[in-house]
Amino acid sequence: MSPVNSSAPTVPYSAVLDELEAEAIHIYRETAAAFKNPVLLYSIGKDSSVLLHLAIKAFAPAPVPFPLMHIDTGWKFREMIEFRDRRAAELGLDLRIAQNAAAVAEGVTPFTHGTHEYTRLMKTVALREGIDRYGFDAAIGGARRDEERSRAKERIFSLREPGHQWDPRKQRPEFWRTANTQLSPGQSMRVFPLSNWTELDIWKYIQRENIEIPDLYFAKPRPVVDRDGMWIMVDDDRFPLLEGEVPQMRSVRFRTLGCYPLSGAVESTADTMVQLVEEMAGSKYSERSGRLIDGEGGSESMEGKKKEGYF
Amino acid sequence: MAGNSALTPVLHLVTCGSVDDGKSTLIGRLLAETDSIPIDTLEYAKRTRRGGSTIPVGEIDYSLLTDGLEAEREQGITIDVAYRHMNLPNGRRVLVADSPGHEQYTRNMAVAASNGDVSILMVDAARGVRPQTHRHLTISALMGVKTIIVAVNKMDLVNYDHATFEEIVGTVRATAARLDVAEVIAIPVSAFTGDNITAPSASMPWYTGPTLLGALEEWEPVDTRAGAATVATPFRFPVQFIVRAEGNFRGYAGTVVSGSIRPGDTVVIADSGRKAKVDRIVTYDLHTDGHIADLPVAVTGAAVTLTLDHEVDVTRGDVIAGIDSHVVEPADRFSVDMVWLGEEPLAHGRSYLLVSGSRSVPATVTNVRHRLDVVSGHEHAARVLSMNDIGRVEVATDKPMPMDPYALCRDTGGFLLVDRVTSDTVAAGLVRHAMRRSTNVVRHEYVVDSDARKLLMGHDAKVVWLTGLSGAGKSTIADAAVKQLHALGVHTFILDGDNVRHGLNKDLGFTPEDRAENVRRVAEVSRLMVDAGLVVFVALVSPFVTDRRAAREQFAPGQFIEVFVDTPLNVVTARDTKGLYAKAAQGTLPNLTGVGQEYEPPVSPELILRGDGDLDESVAELVRVILGE
Repeated sequence: MSPVNSSAPTVPYSAVLDELEAEAIHIYRETAAAFKNPVLLYSIGKDSSVLLHLAIKAFAPAPVPFPLMHIDTGWKFREMIEFRDRRAAELGLDLRIAQNAAAVAEGVTPFTHGTHEYTRLMKTVALREGIDRYGFDAAIGGARRDEERSRAKERIFSLREPGHQWDPRKQRPEFWRTANTQLSPGQSMRVFPLSNWTELDIWKYIQRENIEIPDLYFAKPRPVVDRDGMWIMVDDDRFPLLEGEVPQMRSVRFRTLGCYPLSGAVESTADTMVQLVEEMAGSKYSERSGRLIDGEGGSESMEGKKKEGYF
Repeated sequence: MAGNSALTPVLHLVTCGSVDDGKSTLIGRLLAETDSIPIDTLEYAKRTRRGGSTIPVGEIDYSLLTDGLEAEREQGITIDVAYRHMNLPNGRRVLVADSPGHEQYTRNMAVAASNGDVSILMVDAARGVRPQTHRHLTISALMGVKTIIVAVNKMDLVNYDHATFEEIVGTVRATAARLDVAEVIAIPVSAFTGDNITAPSASMPWYTGPTLLGALEEWEPVDTRAGAATVATPFRFPVQFIVRAEGNFRGYAGTVVSGSIRPGDTVVIADSGRKAKVDRIVTYDLHTDGHIADLPVAVTGAAVTLTLDHEVDVTRGDVIAGIDSHVVEPADRFSVDMVWLGEEPLAHGRSYLLVSGSRSVPATVTNVRHRLDVVSGHEHAARVLSMNDIGRVEVATDKPMPMDPYALCRDTGGFLLVDRVTSDTVAAGLVRHAMRRSTNVVRHEYVVDSDARKLLMGHDAKVVWLTGLSGAGKSTIADAAVKQLHALGVHTFILDGDNVRHGLNKDLGFTPEDRAENVRRVAEVSRLMVDAGLVVFVALVSPFVTDRRAAREQFAPGQFIEVFVDTPLNVVTARDTKGLYAKAAQGTLPNLTGVGQEYEPPVSPELILRGDGDLDESVAELVRVILGE
């Protein structure tokens, strides 16, 4: 990187965050006003925590004018579910839980069905069913353009055809701050207020705004086993250990939270927000490098999953 | 603090250029050399190779860093705008809108430029300026990009020749001179070797200007620079959401899209013209004390909630404006530069939904002035605009809209046109100026109104809109129904499609856009006749759902009776009373409905009549519906 040009103006990080915050709030207000029945897809992680914080800000002093929905695969970290239920109660939120009950009854697990099929059934299908059951016409999510290559082309207001299909060629052009929120019968919208945020922006904002996040993001000794070079936490006794295998206690934290058997932990000693943000700022790998669900079938799989109706 | 920074923390950068100018490589290198690419993506670009690539495996193929969709990788093209991040060493964020170079994606270029502060215009030094260069320069300028960086690429292929560089730059500057561009910065680079991207080139001692990264770092918004004319930017605040909360709290939530505001400032509600003072600027700073914190000022870009010092009527879509400069005045006719995005061409007189900020209103394009040749800058006479065309048009809105000239404010001067059936965005409009202040044309309220006429007539006024294929029997049914109604003392009139084309509409043909205008005019005349107290029969093919819907909207609920005269194509072809189907079969009549053009049947008409059924029965049923029996 070239040295800082002395004649150039210096921009503090908080000014960048201010602009990103204002953009997200604008998107929230437009969504709440333009759609009949929007929903905030809440997945408990850091991005969802920022989303929720921004929703509260966007409508204050009035309450958040739409419900939250969590897609519960049944395999989330126990701490995540505790955190979810506690926050919903504290903030007086209308929280809906969606789960693919048929797949649960059939015994679908991340160990038996392969990550792709498991994700399709427990996340994509559950999401589609949840949206259809409550008749939501707009679903707000925390996807960011820096997450993955096909996300870089995602719109802020992302149109879904009947059946929740994402057709990259039918996406609407987005000019200025003006959004075309009209829907034809059967269409619905996915809305991404954090589109232009980076992972570091999320952390810097959590730090600045003192936003509560699950403890799993901070380093702590946790019981883990090695799976294909990744540390996987053994969160309950459903995890199939190998013959004679004993989980080892290591100081780890999670960069993204999802289903515990599919979330790779990183070894770390960062147990405060300051240390965490320092460690994040120094990281040169993208956060999805720790997620098994993107790995299978190459990085093309995100585009394929989106076409099926995944976020 | 929601966006209350006096700085411009985010630079919106547009990258454009012709196919194969090396744009992907340049952007990839710029991102990689500013540490804006994660290592796993760099590793992907080291091990992956596209067919025909000469870069050895293990070195970074920079063009792969910005690859997007599978469809693109398969075809080796870029089909859509991609958004990427870059951090400048001075802390400024760059949001890169990477726009494809193919001619057919001109519309994506317009999208990318709509928020742009700076455009990087790539030119291949070996191939020189090409039509696409002019096109992208023109679109950038039209969409309001003030700074153009001409990156003359592949200088290594022309031996770093100074004269080649100057010749290209001279041509670009000549085009920029006739456009509204504030500055042109020209930099000789090689994306492949890295010359003048982030580090100065040793191969071009004749060049003493900044590197590409240096130029981005030194950039400041044109209107805030030292020496810039200090024109006060007017305050504009489109209201998105009404916030109601405990304690009688009523606030107006939105984003300051132009100017700034402080408590105590007087503002005007653009639509009603009513004035009030701003009482509070409310945000919700949970991190300070967990309570609502008011702000002393909100500047452009801030998302806030305003309260006013007294009750005035404000709803979503209203614009709260300053009163010091550029007084906002609603109008219903605008001269507009329009970028056509839809696959179907623009139709005159067709009703679209116009979306301006948080407000939507039906609108029609009443006139196409010209189409712009974006390469030569020449204006050509045109009647329609097709996909990727840019032209000057006139737009009429159903209600007055407080829109500004685009040059004053992109958010209140730019709008979308949305197709009312498919909900697709079909055009982006840039207001040049209002053509008629709606306050100058006030409808006169007469004492004898339609209610008074109804009493005198002794019946309701209505329009009976008969739609169907040519030869379906519309005129025959209308004629027979009118005969019966006339005998009952009902005042009637028939507007026949063929007859109006001899007079009022003799300038119109049968293209979809002419048909839209035909329907619009007939609907207007019907409305005047309904106002006069008549039961009006319209016998018109009117094949398109959207045109008939626009006609219906001219009338009060219950006043518009849509009758689908449903006669199968084989029946009307056999009848062929006017000889039209025979002509169409010979190929001399291309736009005949049902043959060369589609007929869109009504979704929920008030009545469906079989044109090949019993005429007396049909007429009896129609008369019952008209009389409300």
